[in-house]
Amino acid sequence: MSGRAARSFLLWLLAMLVGAVIVWNSRFTADMSFFLPARPTAEQQVLVDQLKEGAVSRLLMIAIAGGDAGQRAGLSRELRRRLSGGPDFRSVQNGEAGSQDADRDFLLSHRYLLSPAVTPERFTEDGLRAAIGDSIDRLASPAGMMLKELLPRDPTGELVALLGTLAGAAEPASRAGVWASRDGERAMLLVQTAALGSDTDGQQAAIERIRREFAASTGGNPQFTLQLSGPGLFAVNSRQTIKNEVTRLSLISSLAIIAVLLFVYRSPRLLGLGLLPVVSGTLAGIVAVSLAFGTVFGITVGFGAALIGESVDYAIYYFVQAGRSGADTWRQRFWPTVRLGVLTSVAGFGVLLFSGFPGLAQLGLYALTGVVTAALVTRFVLPKLSGDARQIRDLRPLGQRLQAAIDRLHILRWPFLALALAAAVLLAGARGELWNPELSALSPVSAADRDIDMALRADLGAPDSRYLVLVSGDDRESVLQAAEAAGNRLDRLVADGLIAGYDSPARFLPSLASQAQRQGSLPETDELRRRLATALADSPLAAARLEPFLADLANARRQAPLSRNDLDGTHLGLAVDALLVHGSRGWSALLPLRPAADDIDASRLRAALTGSGALFIDMKAEFDQLYDDYLQEAMLLSLSGLGAVLLLLAATLRSARRLAAVMLPLLLAVVIVIAGLHLAGERLHLLHLIGMLLIVAVGSNYALFFDRTADSQPLAPETLASMLIATTTTSIGFGTLALSEVPVLHAVGVTVGPGAILTLLLAAVFVSRGNAR
Amino acid sequence: MNRLLLCGLLLAALALPASAAFDVGQLMAGLAAHKGGRAKFVEKKYISLLDKPVVSTGEMSYSAPDRLEKRTLTPKPEILVLDKDKVSIEREQQKLTISIANQPEALAFVDSIRGTLSGNRAALEKSYALHLSGTSDKWVLTLLPSDQRISAVILRIVVTGSRNQVLGIEYLQADGDRSVMSIEPITGK
Repeated sequence: MSGRAARSFLLWLLAMLVGAVIVWNSRFTADMSFFLPARPTAEQQVLVDQLKEGAVSRLLMIAIAGGDAGQRAGLSRELRRRLSGGPDFRSVQNGEAGSQDADRDFLLSHRYLLSPAVTPERFTEDGLRAAIGDSIDRLASPAGMMLKELLPRDPTGELVALLGTLAGAAEPASRAGVWASRDGERAMLLVQTAALGSDTDGQQAAIERIRREFAASTGGNPQFTLQLSGPGLFAVNSRQTIKNEVTRLSLISSLAIIAVLLFVYRSPRLLGLGLLPVVSGTLAGIVAVSLAFGTVFGITVGFGAALIGESVDYAIYYFVQAGRSGADTWRQRFWPTVRLGVLTSVAGFGVLLFSGFPGLAQLGLYALTGVVTAALVTRFVLPKLSGDARQIRDLRPLGQRLQAAIDRLHILRWPFLALALAAAVLLAGARGELWNPELSALSPVSAADRDIDMALRADLGAPDSRYLVLVSGDDRESVLQAAEAAGNRLDRLVADGLIAGYDSPARFLPSLASQAQRQGSLPETDELRRRLATALADSPLAAARLEPFLADLANARRQAPLSRNDLDGTHLGLAVDALLVHGSRGWSALLPLRPAADDIDASRLRAALTGSGALFIDMKAEFDQLYDDYLQEAMLLSLSGLGAVLLLLAATLRSARRLAAVMLPLLLAVVIVIAGLHLAGERLHLLHLIGMLLIVAVGSNYALFFDRTADSQPLAPETLASMLIATTTTSIGFGTLALSEVPVLHAVGVTVGPGAILTLLLAAVFVSRGNAR
Repeated sequence: MNRLLLCGLLLAALALPASAAFDVGQLMAGLAAHKGGRAKFVEKKYISLLDKPVVSTGEMSYSAPDRLEKRTLTPKPEILVLDKDKVSIEREQQKLTISIANQPEALAFVDSIRGTLSGNRAALEKSYALHLSGTSDKWVLTLLPSDQRISAVILRIVVTGSRNQVLGIEYLQADGDRSVMSIEPITGK
């Protein structure tokens, strides 16, 4: 190794070491943020916050099956007892009698601060007469039986009014005193983890704890089984899937490519050298993503399998094409073509950087950096390191056979044109059913897991929180006041029957202003006694029996205002925490709506909230909108990418005919591959669209070699062979992704893998006759 | 021949008292055969806190085996539906659905009324000791709670009726309050 070579190598090694340090310190994640918008609207921000940190993201649903109802109920109680201890869970609910006592006690002792019915009018003689009359009437009802003993304390029925606002959400079925599935065959629990939904490690720890405590509860009896679901489990499973896939796919892709290279190079040293650009590119890609985004998505690393296949190309070109002619000739004759290919790839991956879909932007940056680095290392480092030792297998025989084949391939022109036409007609006819309209098509959550989730959710009647009203403020008090104001407007909608009801943090934690107002509505004891005597003159209830009421009211007048701490130990406190969010952008309150029918008329709701500053959010519509935005954007990006590749080629080739000759095989390949995928039953989503762009961007690398034969020497047999090998490794790289269970990777792989090979074939078919010789 | 005759007489003599005395099994069989119908009711609740009973009136309808609807018209309209193990109460634009397996008190009511209407002796005997008196035309079935949790709330339930029709239900609660409901079938559906 010469001094210059040693210097190059050392520089390279230093760069790699720095890169390795950066990668070592990078944060990797496999959570939902891959899919969440980088530049969210106010509505989408709510979606993002809910998914990452919302109370719903911390819910885990548990089902216990096996044995009889009594045994399951016993296990449910035991599990609740075990899980309630320790810091992992904020609440564990199983519907056990007595578990709601704290809530009831809280409501009872703070009812005059909490009840919106508390107004000065309520405690006038007329108000008292009406309210107490209602309470007496209520005793006629079966529900009245439970209220009877409260009558002397709460004759105006404030607790009933409060409980009424709580009701509405359907309660799960019950067997042997604990929650059960609708068919009664499983006991159900609902837990809220202390860890945030975005804290996958914390979620994993919570899930493992549940499994461990369950095993301890059953004593290992295999008769009983545990089923779990929830956003946390999805996150943990997705992370595991992606982790496994990254290892598996990279291994498959590397081994297959190494096998091809060993066959070609027949030298471990050359193989090692040939992998230098690949390793450099992969490392540089992760470094760039880590530095630009702060966090590296697991899926991005998984894309490495494809990057290996593409970045190995440059070394193949170099070793095969420079084999006889030497490094300098290669630089003159072939590097411009390779460079143009690199630039088209850069154009393809580069447009992804502008995506508002963070996952896509990362993939773009990763691949772009990887490809450029690999090409630069091939161009500037590899020649110095490899010296003249380039004894590779003689590929001329292979090249000559390819030449002979290409000479005959032109007879396939018309059949391929016909095939592409048929494919285009098929695609035009199937336009409507080509695309998968759901964002979930991109989610790495398996269909089986989704089914379990749906079943458990239905069994628990867990809220899906599709509709929300959002109010914001600078501090807790102002946001609570805004929530109360929005609540007043929503009350009218409830009365109109537009919605069935709503929840609000102000229901259990009213603003200080409201509390003060309510306290001010309560009359002095002597005054109240006088009014009661008049109000109840003709009532079956004698005023003399209401001393406990007078005592409670006197107490309420002196009561300190309610704060969040007073809610500790109740489920109501959890509800308030879930609905009252203190984030980096100040305070906000969520008011989930219960629809009266299946859907809510969004326009009427928005009209009702106009001017209040409250925002109505339909989570499903937001998701659909988000996906639609991504799809529109992906179309725009793909077209821009295509445009960039066209411009690049037009500027370099300076001939419409040559441009057409390069582009024709690419476009035919795209049409045929997409039609093939449709026939194979794949529902396309936006990653397939990106795949189409990559067929053009990556495939043009190969089509370009055929072009350069048009004006200069015919293609040498070695060049042909190198193209075949390079295409093969690229196809292996992308094709490996097709094996992935992660839809994002699968879609790109299944599109670009066959696309790359087909592009080469089509380029050979449509090459001008005689040019290949 | 004589012997055969004697045996026949003896069998007949044994059979007679059984058909004469009306027993729980017969009552239950009759009730079970009753597949449903509508009735008016008047319910009076005597509550120690109040100087006068609270009276409510309305209609009930029952369809075998486990759906009972009680539609109160006065003093306040209310619809109570008992369907399998769900109770829903609709009142003043509020609808409350609860699962009764959670609530022993509610369960006691539900078992007593539904068990009687459907003639489900097993369900009744799970929570109550049964005592029947009277005849098929005018029977009185007394249910005494056997479960301590229920007897802490209800001391006794007395159901009266004629043939397979329930005509009255009286609950005596542990605190001395009581509720008396009289039921008048609406014939001709």
